[in-house]
Amino acid sequence: MLCIHNGNIINGKGEIFHRQDLLIQDNKIIGIGNDLMNKAHEIIDASNLWVLPGLIDAHCHLREPGFEYKEDIVSGTQSAAAGGFTSIACMPNTLPAIDSAAMVEYIKLKAASEGLVRVYPIGAITKQREGKVMVEMGEMKRAGVVALSDDGDPVSNSNTMRLALEYAKQFDLLIISHCEDKDLGADGVMNEGYMSTILGLKGITPAAEEVMVARDVILSEVTKTPIHIAHVSTKRSVEIIRQAKLRGVPVTCETAPHYFAATDEWVEGYDTSTKVNPPLRTQQDVEAIKEGLKDGTIDIIATDHAPHHEDEKNVEYNLAANGISGFETAFSLSYTHLVDTGVLSLDELVEKLSTKPAKILNIRGGTLEKGKPADITIVDISKEYQVDREKFFSKGKNTPFHGKKLKGEIIYTIVDGKVVYERDVVR
Amino acid sequence: MQVESGDNMALIQKDILGLRSLTQEEIWEILDTAELMKYILKQNNKRTPHLQGKSIVNLFYENSTRTRLSFELASKYMSASTANISSSSSSVAKGESLSDTCKTIEKMGADVIVIRHPMAGAAHMAAKYVKASIINAGDGMNEHPTQGLLDMYTIREYKTDFRGLKVAIIGDILHSRVARSNIWGLSKMGAEVAVSGPNTLLPPELERTGVKVHHRVEEAIKGADVVIVLRLQKERQQSGLLPSLREYSQIYGVNKERLKLAKKDALLMHPGPINRGIEIASDVADGIHSSIQEQVTNGVAIRMAILYLITRRRGEQGDVMHS
Repeated sequence: MLCIHNGNIINGKGEIFHRQDLLIQDNKIIGIGNDLMNKAHEIIDASNLWVLPGLIDAHCHLREPGFEYKEDIVSGTQSAAAGGFTSIACMPNTLPAIDSAAMVEYIKLKAASEGLVRVYPIGAITKQREGKVMVEMGEMKRAGVVALSDDGDPVSNSNTMRLALEYAKQFDLLIISHCEDKDLGADGVMNEGYMSTILGLKGITPAAEEVMVARDVILSEVTKTPIHIAHVSTKRSVEIIRQAKLRGVPVTCETAPHYFAATDEWVEGYDTSTKVNPPLRTQQDVEAIKEGLKDGTIDIIATDHAPHHEDEKNVEYNLAANGISGFETAFSLSYTHLVDTGVLSLDELVEKLSTKPAKILNIRGGTLEKGKPADITIVDISKEYQVDREKFFSKGKNTPFHGKKLKGEIIYTIVDGKVVYERDVVR
Repeated sequence: MQVESGDNMALIQKDILGLRSLTQEEIWEILDTAELMKYILKQNNKRTPHLQGKSIVNLFYENSTRTRLSFELASKYMSASTANISSSSSSVAKGESLSDTCKTIEKMGADVIVIRHPMAGAAHMAAKYVKASIINAGDGMNEHPTQGLLDMYTIREYKTDFRGLKVAIIGDILHSRVARSNIWGLSKMGAEVAVSGPNTLLPPELERTGVKVHHRVEEAIKGADVVIVLRLQKERQQSGLLPSLREYSQIYGVNKERLKLAKKDALLMHPGPINRGIEIASDVADGIHSSIQEQVTNGVAIRMAILYLITRRRGEQGDVMHS
């Protein structure tokens, strides 16, 4: 038995227990209360630490198979563990794409034998993610996908998207939409605005995201089918979703930490670690994202962990790969920019990073309760540290937050009752 | 031991990446030095020893006639060793990264690498990777600082003061690195810059740089001391930004009538090469207001000045290290 002793426990059901013990037997939580320590063989001293339901990431890229030089299931799940994530849902833009039951089974087998945290594959919406022919959704659901997405690319054809929503509904499969009008965004490399003007880089109008968010909200409304909007980054997208929710449209959405922790001003100097899709937006958008998180318009925070090899970033800005390596900074960026600044309370942040993602993906976790699997993240919210990308477990060192001082450090990550990460070391 | 501040050196940066990052003092230093260089250019014997023993490499990823030739002649007039690398393809298409190419050139002894590249920030990137000085000869839509400086030098030859000078820039501002360099440089020196062009060729939030944006070209030209006409790339029509070159020429083309709205002694400029009858009418391009030919000569003088100042700075640093 393992006892997490004297920690402040947030159970993900609206309750906080100060300085209490949490007892784990095998892989399950068997009790939360005072003085449970004497029964345990192993004790983790959580004095002055916070004990949270294991963090859950609904959007990441593990790159395997096909791009193992960027990341693989081993390095990716180590990185996730170091970031406090006990469950992650990986996007299907691999090579080959996760667009068949066989591929889903491959990822699940690989993750079960090599992965450090729980891995839930997301399947493609269309074969080879080409936006044309639907995947065999029924079979993929049976094989174990938790959602479908062509992430990295939009489903540009509105009728294809409508049919996919209707077809997915009969299997209770959630469609996650990457919203981008490719014609409006045509070969842009950063947010369109003052910064793109003075840097001479081709801009991507925020409208490229917003018209697609509006389209998908409408398709969700008319098909009465849930849709989840990936990586919301603009003020108007937040507004469109807010209005849709008021009308009762079954839409949920996520944002990523870089959309509330950085702006397009960071592109100054042509630092390619700032290149990401959707692009970093303006301060106004950052404020709107925070407002959306606060009022519940934005349901969850996902990392969009997108590791790349340094050779893909050490090139001209136009040629650099899109993406930020996000697992290992997600919690502290969220804590620093949302909790420390009073936008969210810590338990509201836990909802965005654990409870709600579990609900949206319909997977276990998100709460700490007697009888439930022991997926637990223990953090020190008072700890300040400097981001050092060289210490990342991820192969992708591509982060614009290198050298930044952040607050809130992951101390332990526990999956299924087993400590997989402890103070800078993965197990 | 020589100390930089001891001999009036204003040019202290390793690289010339853009006019946005140059100070007013540095711009004056370059313009003043170019005056001496223009004097040299007018002599029968143009050979000077200013760059003797220095190696200048022109690395051009985009086609160029005047900029490349002007850098090459500037280097040769001043006795530098010079070489040109041209590639219409990007570094990636060639198979070698820009940083590897620059490091290779530096290892062959280059003191200065002059780089033209179709992508914004390429020169900035190169500057991070090598100790050699980088001169930006045009990076995508971003900047073309030596063009901006030669335009400013030309303006100074005709006008007494930049302060309060009304400059109109007409045409495709969105894609123009010349426009950006002129906006930064001229604004820094106190000129009032106005621009005009079709909405589809104006970058967003341009007003925040301090320039005035006019939708009617006549309003921008009205009362101007200087009119800078930009080249209209023909592919802008193909990519759907304009309905036709004919309509562009009718509405935005600078012709005699429109030029009459400017001051009587207005200066007409164009970075070249010109599309006669599209953005500029032939009679005004060759007319009395035009300084287009003079700009070409001044381009050599400006590049001589920059090469001189930037290598002198490096030489001094070397001396300090050896003493």
